[in-house]
Order: sequence, then C-alpha cells, then structure tokens
Amino acid sequence: MENLFVSMAAGIRSLLGSGGLSEWATDFLVMFLKLGAILVYILVSALWLVYMERKVSAYMQCRIGPNRVGPMGLLQTTADIGKLISKEFIIPKDADKKLFLLGPILIFMPPLAVFAVAPFGKGMVAIDMNIGVYYFLALASLSTVIIWMAGWASNNKYSLIGSMRVVAQMVSYEMPLILSIVGVIILTGTLNMSDIIHAQENVWFIFLQPLGFLIYLIAAVAETNRAPFDLVEGESEIICGPFTEYSGMGFAMFFLAEYANVVLVSVMATTLFLGGWLAPFGLTFIPSWIWFLLKVYLMIFLFMWFRWTYPRVRVDQLMEFGWKVLVPLSIANIFVTGIGKYLYHSLGW
Amino acid sequence: MNPKPLEEIIEELKTRYPGIEVAESGSGSITVTVDQLVAFMREIKEKYHFNYLTNVTGVDYRDYFEVVYNVSIVEQPHMLHIKTRLDRHNPVVPSMVPIWGGAIWQEREVYDLLGITFEGHPDLRRILLDDQWEGHPLRKDYQWEGGRES
Amino acid sequence: MTLKTEEFLLNLGPQHPSTHGVFRILLTLDGETVVKAVPIPGYLHRGIEKLAESRTYTQVIPYTDRLDYLAGMLMNWGYVHAVEKLMNVEVPERAEYIRVIVGELARIASHLVATGAYAADVGGLTGFIYTFRDREDIMDLFEMISGARLTPSYMRVGGVADDIPDGFIDKCRQFLDYFPTALDEYNGLITGNEIFQARTKNVAIISAEKAIEMSLSGPVLRASGVNYDLRKARPYSVYDRFDFEVPVGSKGDCFDRYYLRLLEMEQSAKIIRHALDQLPEGPIKGKVPKVIKPTAGEAYAEIESSKGIMGTYVVSDGSTNPYRVHFRRPSFVNLGYLDEMLKGWKIADAIAILGSIDIVLGEVDA
Repeated sequence: MENLFVSMAAGIRSLLGSGGLSEWATDFLVMFLKLGAILVYILVSALWLVYMERKVSAYMQCRIGPNRVGPMGLLQTTADIGKLISKEFIIPKDADKKLFLLGPILIFMPPLAVFAVAPFGKGMVAIDMNIGVYYFLALASLSTVIIWMAGWASNNKYSLIGSMRVVAQMVSYEMPLILSIVGVIILTGTLNMSDIIHAQENVWFIFLQPLGFLIYLIAAVAETNRAPFDLVEGESEIICGPFTEYSGMGFAMFFLAEYANVVLVSVMATTLFLGGWLAPFGLTFIPSWIWFLLKVYLMIFLFMWFRWTYPRVRVDQLMEFGWKVLVPLSIANIFVTGIGKYLYHSLGW
Repeated sequence: MNPKPLEEIIEELKTRYPGIEVAESGSGSITVTVDQLVAFMREIKEKYHFNYLTNVTGVDYRDYFEVVYNVSIVEQPHMLHIKTRLDRHNPVVPSMVPIWGGAIWQEREVYDLLGITFEGHPDLRRILLDDQWEGHPLRKDYQWEGGRES
Repeated sequence: MTLKTEEFLLNLGPQHPSTHGVFRILLTLDGETVVKAVPIPGYLHRGIEKLAESRTYTQVIPYTDRLDYLAGMLMNWGYVHAVEKLMNVEVPERAEYIRVIVGELARIASHLVATGAYAADVGGLTGFIYTFRDREDIMDLFEMISGARLTPSYMRVGGVADDIPDGFIDKCRQFLDYFPTALDEYNGLITGNEIFQARTKNVAIISAEKAIEMSLSGPVLRASGVNYDLRKARPYSVYDRFDFEVPVGSKGDCFDRYYLRLLEMEQSAKIIRHALDQLPEGPIKGKVPKVIKPTAGEAYAEIESSKGIMGTYVVSDGSTNPYRVHFRRPSFVNLGYLDEMLKGWKIADAIAILGSIDIVLGEVDA
C-alpha cells in the first residue's frame, strides 16, 4: 500500500522503457501521466467537496442535506454539473466578450500549476522543485488577476465592486500569508517542500510556529475568499461579486475553482505546518499518502466549519485587520523565530 | 412628565380656537379648519407635548376630502384624532413635516393615493404607484379600465 | 498628480437577496461608501385599502393577513380591534386571552424571522436556519388552531373564529419550555460572535429624539431607549393583567435593535405562559350580528404589532362594506428615516441597517 503509487509509476516507466522508447520520451510521458493524475484528483476532489460542504453545512444546520441522487446523495454534484453543462452560457450584451470567456477558462490554471509541486506522499511529488514554496506563493496570487478580469469584463456594477474587493483583499492578505511562512523557512533553511516535510520528523511546525500557523490559517481563508472573508462574493450584499453575470458552466468553473483553491491552501498548510505525509505517533503502517489526505481534509473541514459559523466582516474591518493586526504579528513572529534559532545554535541545544 | 387629562386639554383648546368642532364622545376627535391647522398643530406639540404623530391619512367623502391626523404622547396613553376638511377641487393642505418629521412618507402616500397636495413637503412624489400613473385610486370616482374583467 | 474619482449609482433591488422582498434602494456610491440613498417602495402594492372598500367587513380579514405576512395574527387583530371600536362590541374574556396567546406567538414567530434574517444579512446563514427551525413549532400551533400556517385569518369581529383545539395548550407549553434553550443557542451562535458585534455595534445610531420625531415605533424606537410599547402605555385587550417588562435599548445602534427582539421574545413567552395559566372558560365570540353593519361613523385603533404600532382607521357609511379602511403600517413609517440612516455607511452596512429595521414588504407596500 505504502508504495502503491510510486510502484505504479515505476511499473509504467519500465513498461515504456521495454517498449523501446528513448529515456527522454519515457520521462516526458511519465511526467504527463503524473500531471494528468493530479488533474483528475483535483477535479474529482472539487466535485466531491461541494457535496462535502453541503453535507457539513446541513448537519451544522440541523438538516440532512443531499440524499436523493445516488447512495447517500453522493452523485448529487455530478448531476449538478451535468445540469450546469446543459445550461445556456449567457454572455451579456455589453460584456467584453473575449475577457468574459477567458475568465472561467483560466481560473483553474493557478491551482493546477501549483499542485505539480505538492508532495502527496513519500516520494509522491510530480516535480520536486527546489523553490517549491516560492513557486506556490508566486502562482497562487495569479487567480486575483483572473477574478478581477472576469468581474471587469462582465460590465456590471456588482461585479466591479466585487473585483475591486478581490484586489484589495488579496493585496492585504498575501502579505501576512507570505510572512507567516517565512518563519518555517527560517527554521528549515529550504524552499523545497519535501525537505520541509523531512525537517518535521521530530516535531511538526505547528508546535514550533503556532502563531505562524494561525496567521497562515486566517490569511488562507481570506485568500480563498471564504467566510468570514467572503466579501468578494458576499451574496447578501453584492449578489455574487465578479461571478454575478456568469451562468451555466462558466459559473460552475469559478465555483469549482474555489474548492480547488481550498484544497491547495490545505495542502500547503499540511506540508508546512502539519508534517505533510509524516505519520504521527509512529503509526507508519498506514500509508503516507493516506495520512496526507487525512490532514488535508481535516483542514478543509476546518474551513467549512468557519464558513457555516461566522458572519462576514466588513470591507474596512477586513483591511484594518490585515494591515494593523496580521502584518505586525507576522513580522513579530519572524523576529521571535530568528532570535530563537540564533539562541538554539549558539547555545548548542 | 405627567400631562393633563385629555378632556382638560380639549377644553383649553376649545377656548383658544373657537373654530374647532369637538366630537361629543370622549374619543378626542377634533375638526380644525385648514387655515388654523398649522398654528393648532404647533401648539399641541409645543404646549401639550404631543410629540408623536402616529397616523396620517385621508378620506374622500365625494363632496370634500378629509385629512386625518392621529397625534399622541410617547410613553403616555393620550391620543388626539384631528381632522381637517379640504375643498375637493383644490385639495391643498400644509405639510406637517416641519413639525413632525415622521409625516414624510405618510403624506407622500396620501398624495399618491388620494391626490391631496401637501404644501411645504420637501419631497412630494408618488411613493407606492408608478411615477407615470394616472389618477389617484383611493378617490371614489376613480375608474380603471383593463385588468382581468376587460 | 491628483486622482479623479467619480460617484456612481447602484440599484439595490428590486430583486436582491437582502432587501427582504421587492424593495429598491437607489444608492449613490463613492467607492463603497453611500453618499445618498433613495428608497423606492411600491413593488408589492396590491391596493389592499382599495380592495377593502368593495368587501364586507368580515371579508377584509383575509386581506390583513397579507399585510405583515410574518405576523398575520397581529394584523387580523389590529383590524378587528378597530371594527370593534367602531361598533362598540364587547369581546368575551376567553376570546381576549386566546388573542393574546396567538398574538404573542405571532410576535415570537415574526421576531424569529427578523433575528434569523438579520444573521443571514450579516453573512451567517446558519442562524437563519436555526430560527426557522423553531418558528416551525409556532407555525404548527397556528395550523392546529386556525388550519393555516402563514395566513391564519383567525380573528373575527367580536372574538375569534374557533375555540382552542385539544392538545393545543400542551403543545404550546411544550414549546415555551423548550424556547429558552433556543434563545441560548441564538445568543451563542449570533449575539456573542465577535464579527457580528463588530458589524452591528455603533452602526447607524438613532437618537431617542430623532426616533420620536420620525414617528418610528416598535423595536426600532425602543432600541433608542424610548419606553413606548402600547401594551404598557395604553393597554388594550387584557394586557393590563399580565406582568411583563418592556425591554429598552441604550444606544440605538443596529446591535440594540437586534438584541431587543431577543429580549422581547422572552417577555412574550412570559405573557403566553401567564395567559395559559389564567385562561378562563366562556364564549369565544361576542354578540355580533351575522351581517356586520355598523352605524355611520369612524374609528381609529392601534395595537402593538411585532414591527411597531399598527393602526387601523375604519370609516363606515352604514352599509355592509367599509367606506374607507386605512392601515398605519409600522414598517412603512419606520422606513421613512432610512435615507438618512444609510448616509455615510458602506454597502455592507446598508444591508445591515435595512435588516435591523425589520421590514416586511407586504406591509410596506400594502
């Protein structure tokens, strides 16, 4: 079990190699398969997370949730997507047609690109990049531009307000997000995700960097535009923000991309703070990739819990909290981490 | 603050404004002429502390319009029922907004549905019906063509 | 270089998730800040006052259900109260008690919707479902007593339509026993939440003077610290026999308006409990002729509805149909101050402020 996916990859590689393909072509094909597998995982996962969200919210609200399509309603979202695909994609008359269409096409790009460097288990990383964390931070903020573009192209005032909120929110929360990770990087001295996980073999960074984790968590909720920071959509104020004019599959793409982003920040939280695929309490008989997914879904559940408990903050409160609380705190965290590390080294503990 | 009993207030008002008609039963119902209305209202607000205008409405009696005001005192049981008659062909009455701000939407409603003009109202527009609506539905001679029957 | 900014218009409604119906506000915005607000009601105007003129006195009752459709019982009551005043009808004691019981239940139901919808307006959808869950119990009680859940048409001139059915009192007591736990839940989920408090405290403060001046009523008035509840100030029906308090706010901000409703529900539950204990035996309808034909005259009567003072003005010309009926609808009058309240706040606050007034469009537009 432990090496299920690793040996699968090795098997395919040897199969291709014996088939007489050159080294280069084999590498290329295997890489392609790996990325394809990740793509399938993300899409299926986004689909099922909608179901999970609906079930979680239902139980929190004393309801049952979807239970008609498929066993326990498990096929509900599949049916929903089927419905959304068959619906008309309406392009408003005054919209910027090209940009309007480009929005839902591009929205999946940043999370998918980042997943290529995520370590899903021991030896299970598609591309073991030495600047993985940096790559994640650089690409994750790209979705801001895409959402803003979609909102601008819609030519709708609600969309415009939503788009402006996206930009303001992302700029203010990217900052503490990056700064909160710096603490981890100071401790490990590497940007490679696999190395960061290996560095947590003795103790997870959530225990060494509790403040860093908290700031990351808050900033991550804001990054994914989920409650209590869902100002971008803010359905009780600005209908659906930048996605107001989208219908059918275009809307579904944004909707699913939100979940892809949730998976993404959860994967990052797991990697950076929760010890990645490392098994706690020496329970190594459970495969590493199961541990990884368990931790990821625990984080996702946490995000859902937030969403169905908290009301929405106001736009000025959001900015104030970001700049006046989170940024100073994360800088203080870096400072303390630095001193701690220096003391650790000089005292030779 | 303990205001005087309603009967005493009405008696006092009767002597100060001989033109008013008071209904015999203890309903606190008073009819005031239009030209006395503003002075009368100001007085009951300032002297007798009727600080709360609950209701403003109008009735079409075919020969004349009647505008009805209900004024009371906050935290007290008192209420005055003040009426004034208007010429049906030129229904104009001074607005109560300068005295009680709360009249603002209610007077717009009366204007909208009965076509009574409130002089001095800061924002006299139709409120419930469409801006282009013709006529005033609560008038007894209002005729409407169309709908399910036509 | 100076940046040039421009104000823009935003049509909030008539179709909008948070206007509680078809209400429209034309906002002039500077970025996210409201510079000017023009409320435009009327999208649900059905001309109930005009319709009433061509119905008999009893036939008007179902129309009143559709004014404040979240507290149909209270609307019924306001109307029949005025007609009774016009005809000088004595209402039997038992009927008055039943009216108090269903009226206060309706008040709780209406406040539950207000509380839950307010939580949803501020962004916490779960609170909405919680209050609606408990409102169902009251709807079930109404179904037992009147056969309808939302539009009961239960009251009649001179009394009520039907006597209390078997099992109603037990079920009602069961609900009252359970209700305090529900209130605790709301306080935990909504009231105590930091974000909720940050969103509502100190937002759109109304001073007591301004509230009186603008004829505001109900929780909106009392949240500003004015102790004006008709059940106490001018007790109608049998309200002088119950021991209850009128909660008042201290600040007059959105939070006070919200929290006052929770406190009022507590008091209403207390009143219902008293009324159930004291419920006398006897007839449920006074001596009213089959065909209601009041002598020519007029009457204006007010009751304390869940949204504020609900007044009904009835004019009779001696026929079987009312000559003129006018409803003083509390939400309508309370909205008259909305434009001033919204100025200077953000869009998100505009929704919170509108929600804190608790309007029902059926009532606003009549």
